[in-house]
Amino acid sequence: MNLERPDPDQLLARVERDAAKAKRGRLKIFFGAAAGVGKTYAMLLAARERRAENLDVIVGVVETHGRQDTAALLNGLEQLPTRQINYRGNVLHEFDIDAALKRRPALILVDELAHTNVPGSRHPKRWQDIQELLEAGIDVYTALNVQHLESLNDDISQISGIRVWETVPDTVFEEADEVELVDLPPDELLTRLKEGKVYIPQQVELAMRSFFRKGNLIALRELALRQTANRVDADMLDYREDHAIREVWQVGERILVCIGPNMLAERLVRAGKRLAAGLRADWMVAYVETPKLARLPAEKRDAVLRILRLAEQLGAETVTLSSPDMSEAIIRFARARNINKIVVGKPSRRGWKRWLLGSVVDVLISHAHNINIYLLGSRQQREDDVLEIVESSLFKKPPPPGLRQRIPPRLQKRYRGYVWAVAVTIISTLFGHLMFGRLELANLVMVFLLGVVYIAMRFGRGPSILASLLGVGMIDVLFVRPYFSLTVADSQYLITFAVMLIVGVVISNLMINVRAQAKVAAHRERRAAVLYAVSKELATSQTEQDIVTIAVKHLYAEFSSPNVILFPDTAGHLLYPRQPGLSQSLRGADLSVAQWVFDHNEMAGQGTYTLPGAAAIYFPVSDADKVLGVLALLPVNLRRVFLPEQQKLLETFLRQIAQALLRIRFSEQAKLTQMQIEAERLRNSLLSAISHDLRTPLASIVGSASTLAANENQMSSQDRRELSLAIVDEAERMTNLVNNILDMARLDAGIAELNKQWYPVEEIVGVVLSRLHKRLADRPVDVCIAPDVPMLHVDAVMIEQVLINLLENATRYTPTGSALEIRAETFENNIEISVSDHGPGIPKGLEEKLFEKFYQVRHETAQSGVGLGLAICRAIVEVHGGTIRGKNQPEGGAVFTVTLPNEPMPPQFSAEP
Amino acid sequence: MSKTDPVIIIVEDEMAIRQFLRTALRLQGYSVFEADTGQRGLIEIGTRKPDLLILDLGLPDMDGAEVIKAIRAWSTLPIIVLSARNQERQKVDALDLGADDYLTKPFGIDELIARIRVALRHANRKEQSISNDVLVTGGLTVDLSKRLVSVDGREIALTPIQYRLLAVLAKNAGKVMTHRQIMKEVWGPPYLDNVHYIRMYMSQLRHKLEIDPAKPQYLVTESGLGYRLKINDI
Repeated sequence: MNLERPDPDQLLARVERDAAKAKRGRLKIFFGAAAGVGKTYAMLLAARERRAENLDVIVGVVETHGRQDTAALLNGLEQLPTRQINYRGNVLHEFDIDAALKRRPALILVDELAHTNVPGSRHPKRWQDIQELLEAGIDVYTALNVQHLESLNDDISQISGIRVWETVPDTVFEEADEVELVDLPPDELLTRLKEGKVYIPQQVELAMRSFFRKGNLIALRELALRQTANRVDADMLDYREDHAIREVWQVGERILVCIGPNMLAERLVRAGKRLAAGLRADWMVAYVETPKLARLPAEKRDAVLRILRLAEQLGAETVTLSSPDMSEAIIRFARARNINKIVVGKPSRRGWKRWLLGSVVDVLISHAHNINIYLLGSRQQREDDVLEIVESSLFKKPPPPGLRQRIPPRLQKRYRGYVWAVAVTIISTLFGHLMFGRLELANLVMVFLLGVVYIAMRFGRGPSILASLLGVGMIDVLFVRPYFSLTVADSQYLITFAVMLIVGVVISNLMINVRAQAKVAAHRERRAAVLYAVSKELATSQTEQDIVTIAVKHLYAEFSSPNVILFPDTAGHLLYPRQPGLSQSLRGADLSVAQWVFDHNEMAGQGTYTLPGAAAIYFPVSDADKVLGVLALLPVNLRRVFLPEQQKLLETFLRQIAQALLRIRFSEQAKLTQMQIEAERLRNSLLSAISHDLRTPLASIVGSASTLAANENQMSSQDRRELSLAIVDEAERMTNLVNNILDMARLDAGIAELNKQWYPVEEIVGVVLSRLHKRLADRPVDVCIAPDVPMLHVDAVMIEQVLINLLENATRYTPTGSALEIRAETFENNIEISVSDHGPGIPKGLEEKLFEKFYQVRHETAQSGVGLGLAICRAIVEVHGGTIRGKNQPEGGAVFTVTLPNEPMPPQFSAEP
Repeated sequence: MSKTDPVIIIVEDEMAIRQFLRTALRLQGYSVFEADTGQRGLIEIGTRKPDLLILDLGLPDMDGAEVIKAIRAWSTLPIIVLSARNQERQKVDALDLGADDYLTKPFGIDELIARIRVALRHANRKEQSISNDVLVTGGLTVDLSKRLVSVDGREIALTPIQYRLLAVLAKNAGKVMTHRQIMKEVWGPPYLDNVHYIRMYMSQLRHKLEIDPAKPQYLVTESGLGYRLKINDI
């Protein structure tokens, strides 16, 4: 019977969504058609009820607009003090979000969802404050009028004639947990208005004439009701989804809205949003930048950018396509993304132009067979009206001093084109003069045409037109009867004139397009190259510091903005980097903004919707849901960061940085695990080795000592002496053993700190020889230190240990009395210290194995030592940045050589007077 | 135990070590008193008027350095410190604070007795004022009053710093002199961090005084601590 069980993935997504919702606070919107319908009143009533249920309810901010019955409802509710801000001489009362977050009530009332905060607040809009409250798990009651809904904004301005600037993204409305419609029939509202219950009397007159016309109110009411009905519908769909009721709508609707740089764009986006919301479809907004559009002035391009960001805010995915052919680009994109509905503006070309040059819409209709196309008509304005730029200030900030863009010296270049046009015409004329009479006039014209083509190709339209005009003039004056006169006897030459002109213009246009294409291609190629370089460098980076250095350099190169990446400490608090910065580093990032970004995994700062007052822009460096750090970038030019393609590039950068960071962290983790495994293995072999090697001397000590204790009186002094000496010897052996084990443990654990100082080699050798003088008493030891060996910058105690171990090994594995040599020499940039003997040498193939822990050439109890000696040597030499190797000498015997790097700066001595 | 026997106090928390020290030192004719904590040790020192103190650096109740500081506030009593192998830092601190010598555990009793003798003799000489200003050890003679240095009867010319360095070690012959102490005596405080100066001059001295500078007979390095002018009975 359960034929239509929900898809498990979908179900999982639902569960996740519900879980996320459970953590978030719940948002209830009191929704009305217009001011005065009683939203605040209803909200306060509801709040009082909650209060009566003993819920912790406070009033964050409520506008009573002087209405007494509303104000009366405030009695008995705790009110959060407002933040007072001095703005241009006025004291403004603003909602205090920090106080609210600190107070942490269960439910907070924040009136007027669409309110715009005073500049300098954390968020520009109140709805963003509310989002943060919800994130923090606080329930919120708020109120909203239908005209403030972003997607309806446009329609309502058409109905009412009044444009509302304070808007709320539809997503906020859609994601609200509850929406309560506060409804009042228009007549009653008008009555209330007349009674002065809505506005103070002076404003009533004005209000009634403009906004509160009955027709307006009816339309608004309808919109509000419809919006609420849509929500109920959406709830119903959710319910059906929950309960595995079979979907009835067509699945996988995808809508593409195509915009251009004109007035229609914003309306297209809003229309797309409504269509998408109605169909519950994914939607995208595409802007095709043709070479012609790429040459638009910066303000127009910024306006397009603004529209794209509006679309993002409305929930669309945006994309900028770069192609000379608008319709082809759209179709290709639509096919690639499985689009089945396209929303475009009505063709801008009309009449004969459309018929002759075609229109994007016509091409779309004829090529996109499975795609429904929706056309949106423009209003009375001229089609190419410049967009109103609302947030123009955002993009018009002057760049920091010293970074103003230089005006390229193009004028000179253009001027040069005209000179060339004249020159080429003169050359053609000279040629024509020489050939005149020998060649047909038609062929002479060809020569001139060639010149025009050349000019068109190299210098563009203006010079090519000049060249054609001059050419035609020259032909007319010099080669066409009547000579030396501009009169044209034969009207045929008018055709020559026209063709030359057209050829010139057409070719120069073509060339301009080709060049623009080449520029775009070059730009893309450069971007690809940059990304490739970054990913290659990041892939080879070994440390977090490397990654940061690479990232900072490339970000600086690409966005010409100083930047810095901040990382958190173990407690999750961001810190300034400890390493000295690069020249490209940003100094003085605002840690509090960065911390907000880190905690919320959203960007903030200049040009964004959060803390736009900050000087820099802050981006989370995150992979999946884990925020690894924060990038702070001080933009030299906001456009360089917020242009869609630049933003994509930045996103890719950030993703690559995050992945590189993760890779390093994982590999560190893996290394750690590997080390732990290694340590575990080592501990096991150590235990078995120790238990054997410690027990042997212990057995001898216990035996000797107990013999001494038990038979004190019967023993000769000779026997007693022998036993005592045996105890001393064995104890010393144990001491060595234990010391070695402890050394190894310290070196392994990495806790052995290097106390590096400058030492003459002979002093180190001297210490070693005096330490071992007992063991070496019966051997000649030849010390040879080359006079050019500089002082060593080492931890002397450790290097001494190396030589002690090497010498001890030599005495252990070579016949008693055989000679040993210690040699120190310099080789290029290294200092080599070697210990050689005249014993049997190292068994073949074991040169490397010798340095492993617990390796012993011969397992004889008489020569115990756990086989740690050489492993310790290697560990010590390696922490000094050197190497150690053992090999056999051609004349017999083994030689162990320690190679240490020669440190660059040997100490300077002031000469003694 | 006669009245004139030198008095030694051992401050050490390990019973076994105290026991063997006591036995060995009594056999050598010293009178020995013991304490197992720093506090008790200080009390013993106050009451027994010892000639020498053997102090373990790893005491349960207080840092060995504090004990030395407390003693040095009022006494020049010779102090020999005992340290474990991984207590290099404490060892240097103890010597810098005025301990006379050190031994690293485990050590042989011969070594300890030799150190005790040097320390006691040094203390005596200090008391007798520095009248006996000629140091002779092996073939090396350092005449501090005439500023003459000779090896096997051959006079050696030294630069002023070389001489000052040798003189410091000779005045404290047999005792470890830490880098810090040598620096202060030879150069004065401003150069305290340039230990390699000492090493450089020490190397020059060895080339002049020793037969084989890599196997010094007189100027012995105490690795990581400083230098000692070796005298015959060690």
